[in-house]
Amino acid sequence: MKKDILKVAGKLLKSRLIVGTGKYKSFSETAKAVEASGAEMVTVAVRRVNILDKKKPLLTDYLNPKKIIFLPNTAGCFNSDEALRTLRLAREMGGWKLVKLEVLGDKKTLYPNMLETINSTKILAREGFKVMVYCTDDPLLAKKLEDNGASAIMPLASPIGSGLGIQNKVNISLIIKQSKVPVIVDAGIGTASDATIAMELGCDGVLINSAIANAKKPILMAKAFRDAVISGRNSYLAGRMKKIFFASASSPTKGLI
Amino acid sequence: MAKIQLNGKKVVIKSNYSLLDLLKKYKLVNKKVAIEHNGVIIPKVNFKKKNLKNNDKIEIVHFIGGG
Repeated sequence: MKKDILKVAGKLLKSRLIVGTGKYKSFSETAKAVEASGAEMVTVAVRRVNILDKKKPLLTDYLNPKKIIFLPNTAGCFNSDEALRTLRLAREMGGWKLVKLEVLGDKKTLYPNMLETINSTKILAREGFKVMVYCTDDPLLAKKLEDNGASAIMPLASPIGSGLGIQNKVNISLIIKQSKVPVIVDAGIGTASDATIAMELGCDGVLINSAIANAKKPILMAKAFRDAVISGRNSYLAGRMKKIFFASASSPTKGLI
Repeated sequence: MAKIQLNGKKVVIKSNYSLLDLLKKYKLVNKKVAIEHNGVIIPKVNFKKKNLKNNDKIEIVHFIGGG
């Protein structure tokens, strides 16, 4: 069988699970969960160095960007200028142009501001960035992002950190059908089976943070997600049976005594 | 002596202090950081020759955990 590789923003990934690195108790736990998840790409945030505590450990002491792909995000940015500033700094810091754009519009729901998001995508793509874009699950807006140079479409399953799972499977399916770039469900996944459902719908990947970091046993949950994504992907590739509204016996009737 | 604002905090440094000297002071040499000097991103190769002046605003950022 041909190897099932996810090609996204010029990177080739064997694992279709991308994990976030926020909300863990320690960097050590973050590193263990990332390893257990089998993910080859992790999201990271860009923030001020704590100049008051020179001995404070750094994330890069625990996760090596040479071994795992860092996907810098713009979490916490509420307009295009803030997002662009953050990602230009990330590019200078890392030396790579792969980024995850999220421009938020509302503090309570953390819903993306799609007007600012589309505008930022356009500018970043023009500057040569490979932009993976967090977005609403609106197919028209997702298409707009693709037209403006997004390298991946990342619709939310439900609000960030809510754990509510996929709220609109129809929209996610519509986005998958129309997109030529990878579609990766981002935000709102609550448990491993949610990730399986996303993959069964035909998503190219899923991005998980809170569902692993906030589990009672994050490292075990990371493994659960690793397997859930593989199962969902295999199930999608295998092609599910047709749904029928009557019973269909599994055992033959011929030879019945 | 010069007074600068580093990551939103007032810091006093010696005269003719470069960005590289500043990184040394905070044990950040060869760490993955990026620097903004008065709103302009400074490429790594220029850290040594960029000297700081009174009232300069410096932001040093790095990667932290995030989703």
